Amino acid sequence: MASTLVIKDLHVEIEGKEILKGVNLELDSGKIHVIMGPNGTGKSTLASAIMGHPKFEVTKGEVLLNGENVLEMEVDERALAGLFLAMQYPSEITGVTNADFLRSAINARREEGQEISLMKFIKELDKNMDFLEMDQNMAQRYLNEGFSGGEKKRNEILQLMMIKPEFGILDEIDSGLDIDALKVVSKGINQMRSEDFGCLIITHYQRLLNYIEPDFVHVMMQGRVVKSGGPELAQRLESEGYDWIKQELGIEDETVGQEA
Amino acid sequence: MTTQMKLPVDQQAVQAFSEKNGEPGWLSSLRLDALAKAEELPLPKPDKTKIDKWNFTQFASHTVDSEVYASLEELPESVKSLVDTEKQENLYIQRNNTPAYLKLSDSLKSKGVIFTDILTAAKEHPELVEKYFMKDAVQMDEHKLTSLHAALVNGGAFLYIPKNVELEEPIQAVYVHDNADAALFNHVLVVAEENSAVTYVESYLATEGAGESLANIITEVVAKDNARVVYGAVDNLSEGTTTYVNRRGTAARDAKIEWALGMMNDGDTISENITHLIGDNSHGDTKMVVVGRGKQKQNFTTNIRHWGKNSEGYILKHGVMKDAASSIFNGIGKIEHGATKANAEQESRVLMLSEKARGDANPILLIDEDDVTAGHAASVGRVDPMQLFYLMSRGISQQEAERLVIHGFLAPVVTKLPIEGVKQQLTEVIERKVNV
Repeated sequence: MASTLVIKDLHVEIEGKEILKGVNLELDSGKIHVIMGPNGTGKSTLASAIMGHPKFEVTKGEVLLNGENVLEMEVDERALAGLFLAMQYPSEITGVTNADFLRSAINARREEGQEISLMKFIKELDKNMDFLEMDQNMAQRYLNEGFSGGEKKRNEILQLMMIKPEFGILDEIDSGLDIDALKVVSKGINQMRSEDFGCLIITHYQRLLNYIEPDFVHVMMQGRVVKSGGPELAQRLESEGYDWIKQELGIEDETVGQEA
Repeated sequence: MTTQMKLPVDQQAVQAFSEKNGEPGWLSSLRLDALAKAEELPLPKPDKTKIDKWNFTQFASHTVDSEVYASLEELPESVKSLVDTEKQENLYIQRNNTPAYLKLSDSLKSKGVIFTDILTAAKEHPELVEKYFMKDAVQMDEHKLTSLHAALVNGGAFLYIPKNVELEEPIQAVYVHDNADAALFNHVLVVAEENSAVTYVESYLATEGAGESLANIITEVVAKDNARVVYGAVDNLSEGTTTYVNRRGTAARDAKIEWALGMMNDGDTISENITHLIGDNSHGDTKMVVVGRGKQKQNFTTNIRHWGKNSEGYILKHGVMKDAASSIFNGIGKIEHGATKANAEQESRVLMLSEKARGDANPILLIDEDDVTAGHAASVGRVDPMQLFYLMSRGISQQEAERLVIHGFLAPVVTKLPIEGVKQQLTEVIERKVNV
């Protein structure tokens, strides 16, 4: 079934300072959208606010998942409704193994008494870890604790593959990755590609798009989406940078504020 | 100010108790000296906790007789779950003040290992016990509670590991408190001779009947040259039981003492844990977890004292405080003059689950030597909202996310306990204390 994620006039503040100033975006399952833009233009804020990050306050607007406003839901309810956020800085949680955590996450989507069998879970986990070229012992390590930057990103993609959400929002999934890791992470995302999965990728770098072909590309500046297009837009950004957009739109400072 | 204290037992009663147990002369006279001292010595002064109104001296009777367990089949379910009845070959169970079950494998006996209740040990191995009992680790006349303890010892265990004997299987003790009239004056003495190795794990557990009572518990661990002692404990005494528990060890050259302590009492508790690193290259490692709930007040002082060169001391304490519980965590790393190249590290972290809970982590480093390394970390805070956000963003409910974080926070000690049943006990107690 086709699902939609519609962001309408979204305004978001952090500590009283407005970061998003009316974002509009429509996503459909089966498509990959990419948001690009220089640092400090509100891209990561958008990703976090959709998921319900405690530090961000939505002051106006809606985020509708299949017509339902997720902004009225708790974070876990948003996840159960079909959203997934691969975080830029995943938390480390001591004492909770990766495997136990993943099983809890999967079982949270199932009725009591319908929990995934241990055998099935392990099979699935092994398969996906192999696919992402992850060491098997990562399943028994504490969640993200002591993981390298690249391991954390792979682990986010592993969760994506295990949880299979309707929409995945990937916040700078490519930052800090060497080329081999970038290829593996891209392989994971491409593997997810299907009619039932929609994706919003946030990135600074065009290089990720050498491995993942987007359907749509958007540019954010000053807390808004200022330009949208197809894959050709990303290529132009790669060769010419952002200045031509700023000129076209008469923007001098593309950020939402000096520190953002 | 002196504390008013009229003890429920007098000199005659102590004398009679000692005679009834056929105790050697040294123990009888130690008891009587200690009883006199107990009248005059002041209470200890745990830093930042006032205990002068706590009841450490009033109890119904010195000892109560409880029925023994003729076989493991008769054990209450709560105890059964702690013990691997198939495999556990070395086990002491004490019910209130009564040695209720004892098993030591023939192979350990033939190696010269001694494991029995403390009073039997004093009778059957008087010289050996005298050599260590309240000599180097804990002194009888430190304060009112040590002297009271010496005067009234009515339970506990003696574990002796001869030279070069290394035990692979853990030795287990279970102390059951199911009678409110029983006051626990348990003394556990572990002596590990040169090049020996042993793991001892004890569980204190209370049943419904425990009521209002008190416990005054002292452990002494003596690790000789190159001995290795792992000491695990889960304390889970009742809400009405006021506890003073003092666990101390001395480590000689190349010796290692590791503590894994699950402090899960529901009543007011003063805990003191000191490791003296006497010998060069000695090693002390204390891991402690605490869950406080209700209105209980607790004080946990953990101290590693470095005398030997190259001695290594590590303290890790994690506490979870909920309701209106209040706990003080004092961590002390003391390096004496001459203990060159010593390393004292400590970490105390307290997680607060309610507005009314109090937690106080005080790291203290006292260093009288230049050529050393030391470090400390301490924090008191709430469950990290970013951790909750992360877990919940995967569909896990807030309650389950908090449960995962808390269990994870306490895992460093839980995973350290070498007996599966005891590990399970600690996990379940944590579950119960955190969630209800």
